[in-house]
Amino acid sequence: MDNFNYHRPSKPADAAKAMKKAKDGKFMSGGMTLLPTMKQGLASPTDIIDLGGLKNSGVTAAAAKVVVKAGTVHADVASDKGVKKAIPALAKLASGIGDPHVRNRGTIGGSIANNDPAADYPAAVVGLGATVQTSARKIPGDKFFTGMFETALKSDEIVSAVEFPVPKRAAYVKFPNPASRYAMVGVMVAELKDGSVRVAVTGAGPKVFRVPEMEKALQAKFSADAIAGIQVKAKGLNSDIHASPEYRAHLVNVLARRAVAAAK
Amino acid sequence: MSAISMKVNGKAVCGTVEPRTLLVEFLRENLGLTGTHVGCDTSQCGACVVHVNGKAIKSCTALAVACDGAEVTTVEGLAKNGKLHPMQEAFREHHGLQCGFCTPGMLMAAVDLVKRKGKKLDEATIRHELEGNICRCTGYHNIVKAIQAGAENM
Repeated sequence: MDNFNYHRPSKPADAAKAMKKAKDGKFMSGGMTLLPTMKQGLASPTDIIDLGGLKNSGVTAAAAKVVVKAGTVHADVASDKGVKKAIPALAKLASGIGDPHVRNRGTIGGSIANNDPAADYPAAVVGLGATVQTSARKIPGDKFFTGMFETALKSDEIVSAVEFPVPKRAAYVKFPNPASRYAMVGVMVAELKDGSVRVAVTGAGPKVFRVPEMEKALQAKFSADAIAGIQVKAKGLNSDIHASPEYRAHLVNVLARRAVAAAK
Repeated sequence: MSAISMKVNGKAVCGTVEPRTLLVEFLRENLGLTGTHVGCDTSQCGACVVHVNGKAIKSCTALAVACDGAEVTTVEGLAKNGKLHPMQEAFREHHGLQCGFCTPGMLMAAVDLVKRKGKKLDEATIRHELEGNICRCTGYHNIVKAIQAGAENM
């Protein structure tokens, strides 16, 4: 791993300043993706701005919404009693990210800012209709993920929290890669309190996407049968040594049906 | 270079490291605590698991500077007064290792698991919780048995 300048600011404004001064700076939260990427030589930033010093972690769960601060590790979301009660699907999603040691270090802010196409959290942000709070503004979940490893964040903008409205019912089901535990495909299905339904798919495409045909069918009738015949197109889906686009397209339907059946 | 200090296995330690120095490198090379292993170096295998402020983490995927001021426990910190920790004893008793390379990480993951989930652990829970620890010799059966027995004796 190449060397770099290390910064550990205690205020978001100082973090932004350090980023502006850096030639090729990177924010680091848990480092669960960034450090392995740097070790492989796929990234060599001149400056690492460690956001751990901001001490911005914790969860507030209320009847209407769950707010997860950006620095909250997956293990804390998974075990939080308030989250388990308000949005069990979110707690379950967090409990299936990586492995126990990764969950003790990786954070929600880091996960969504990195926007790995196979990460789990993007499915929750889009599927539950969440809002991303940053150091500068609020970004609707639907507008946050813009492309593979790309988000609407500006270069010195930092995620501060994610606000999840509590749905009527929801479930997240994923088919994990057996080695990495990343989602080959993961589907979040949610019926929101206003009666609208969201189906968000991660792992299958270059970034998280919704399936409007399924949403429409489920809005008319919330049952697995309602979407049995709805297949997403394989064209444009991810292809790698683990699965073909056709296989991923097939998984989307299977997992969406399982998620509908499991929604609570 | 940055000066860092931490408490490792109850002892205050300090050192000077480059920003890129990983926690596992600091433990092995600066402190000579070679019980913590590096297996894959890609955050998959779990041979490098240690406890930082009471939580199990992969020390090959943490910067030493980021752990400045932390309390760290490594496999060397499990045995007390020359007596093996109950989890170490259980691994010996149940033949939970062959080559032993993954064992330090298995032990640290197991002790963390008992802390989080208690002493009564069923097989499915243990197997699920071992997703971050890879063993290429045992086929896991005896590791699972050892953890179950070790948990009860903790």
